[in-house]
Amino acid sequence: MTDLEIVSRLPQDERMLLMPLVRTTPSFWRWAAVMAATTLWGAFAYSQQLRSGLGVTGLNTPEYWGIYIICFVFFIGISHAGTLISAILRVANAEWRRSITRSAEFITVLVIGFGAVQPILDLGRPDRVLNVVLHAQPFSPLLWDVLSIGLYFTASSIYLYVPMIPDLARIRDLGLRPRLLYWFLAIGYRDTPQARHTLERIIAVLAVVVIPIAVSVHTVIGWIFALTLRPMWHSAIFGPYFVMGAIFSGIAALIIAMAILRRVYNLGAYFKDVHFNNMGLLLLVMTVLWFYFTFAEHLTVWYGGEEAELATLYSKLTGSFAVPFWLMVACCFFVPFALMSRRATRNVAGTTLASVAVVIGMWLERYNIVVPTSLHPRGGMTALHYFPSWVELSIMAGTFSGFVLVYMVATKFFPIVSIWEIQEGREKSVEEVKQRVAAYLPDDVAAVAS
Amino acid sequence: MARWGMVIDLDRCNGCQACEVACRSENNVAVGGPQAASESRTISWMRVETQVEGEWPDVRTRFVPQPCMQCDRPPCTLVCPVQATSIDHEGIVNQIYARCIGCRYCANACPYTVKFFNWRRPVYPESVLPGLNPDVSVRPVGVIEKCTFCHHRLQKARDAARAETRPLREEDYVPACAESCPTRAIVFGDLDDPGHRVAQLSRDPRAFRLQEGLGTQPKVYYLAEQD
Repeated sequence: MTDLEIVSRLPQDERMLLMPLVRTTPSFWRWAAVMAATTLWGAFAYSQQLRSGLGVTGLNTPEYWGIYIICFVFFIGISHAGTLISAILRVANAEWRRSITRSAEFITVLVIGFGAVQPILDLGRPDRVLNVVLHAQPFSPLLWDVLSIGLYFTASSIYLYVPMIPDLARIRDLGLRPRLLYWFLAIGYRDTPQARHTLERIIAVLAVVVIPIAVSVHTVIGWIFALTLRPMWHSAIFGPYFVMGAIFSGIAALIIAMAILRRVYNLGAYFKDVHFNNMGLLLLVMTVLWFYFTFAEHLTVWYGGEEAELATLYSKLTGSFAVPFWLMVACCFFVPFALMSRRATRNVAGTTLASVAVVIGMWLERYNIVVPTSLHPRGGMTALHYFPSWVELSIMAGTFSGFVLVYMVATKFFPIVSIWEIQEGREKSVEEVKQRVAAYLPDDVAAVAS
Repeated sequence: MARWGMVIDLDRCNGCQACEVACRSENNVAVGGPQAASESRTISWMRVETQVEGEWPDVRTRFVPQPCMQCDRPPCTLVCPVQATSIDHEGIVNQIYARCIGCRYCANACPYTVKFFNWRRPVYPESVLPGLNPDVSVRPVGVIEKCTFCHHRLQKARDAARAETRPLREEDYVPACAESCPTRAIVFGDLDDPGHRVAQLSRDPRAFRLQEGLGTQPKVYYLAEQD
């Protein structure tokens, strides 16, 4: 019996969720080819940079940081999709999480590498990157960053893997190929009630542990900027602002991933309208929070009225960065707010559209943080503009498509919706939720008194 | 222990840029040429800034030579992840080219924009090659460089003084910019030695430092112009 025949005879949940592992459509290959070609093009661009140094970028004095650092903040922000959202939903016992946690956790683990590699792409001497370990200087926020991202990657990989073990064991028992991979990854798990109980205890602990780690990651990235004396970087709001922005873009990235998975793998029954509605509500909350943080930040700068700060501020409000700034405001606030505040547009198409706007807007936000401040140093040095070179844009395209490619490949080896958690939802949770709601209701006073 | 510092008299500076040229040849600073200039990628450890204040008819122009400020509390050394830049016991902020990973965090942290990055492999015109200074290492592509107060001159002066078994004198150690200044606008020495002219001038009522409010405590002082 082929793998496809095995899977075709399974009951609905297993059949639908394991189907992508055993059947690959021509359009998958087409998209994979496009993504692989773009990634290779990015790698070629990087080889040019390796050969002749950062001179091939559009960077200059004082525009020391550009596309790579923008993408660094952006990708690490996206990585907050998974672990943080999935952990919060698990801790909050949100039952609608069951079909979306796995796809979210995969985003985290797979995008974090593409984010973490950006500062290395940005190095003038990537051959000396090990100096960060050999000559570590503990007061540098960059070192804190290396530590927190390393910890986050480790923790979120474990957090992705552990809840996947029962599914891996099931795939092993079905005998799907590659057998050795599933045999190895399932680490001898047998799905007994006791094993399940232990597993759930571990997941519960992990979900709590990964939340502060995720918060620390983007806080430290905010501090890289905030701990310098640069106008509009040197701000106490940056830590929390970056965490909020990361969750915001993470939710948007997850919604886009859900919409694509739903379509290409016919998972409409698993990513239902209610999921998009609920994710849309989360997006709405973050939209409003984004507006609040951004307003607070800019008001503080404007009212304080310090000369160097104002030069940067006005370059964004009315100057040479007015277009990216107001486009960011439209993409991060007006578009998602208009779409997500109405039930009628909190459907699949509406939430996806809002999420695309948010992802673009949050990339622009990082551009508006990095570039205008760089071009307005204290002391009023006259500065040129910054135009990214083809090398920087190619590497950016390469890392984007590289992430999409590994995510696509991951869906071919691992069920992108947690099968056992869906089954558990059907078998246990309906009854549990009924009891939970009953427990919320007022006691019978007469019965308690007696 | 000496605390090396500099006083620049803005009344004496006429903007001739002899200090820039002297620094460039003393420290083997790469010649970027027109391409680097148009890309804003030139390197100039000493940079004579032209500041224009006011509008016509009430205009003032002044020249402010800016080397590394050699801060006593340098923001650049704190952020370096590999300790490629640090402040030594005599207050000079040094740069280890062989360790620098080129992340440019220090350049971003510096409020004076006096740290320079080697965007391209440094090149020297044929005519410059014989004049390269053997006492100063040539920087590779991809690292940060900056003014070191001609630190190599201190080492030479100290060796000479030791050979002659005498203490280091004020005139023994002078950076190239101060040495070349035709109007003697740049004075150099030990800020903690009351006998040195810099120590006296740095206490002059005209003395100020750039962006003093940031608390970086630069060791480069300026004497304000008098009308």
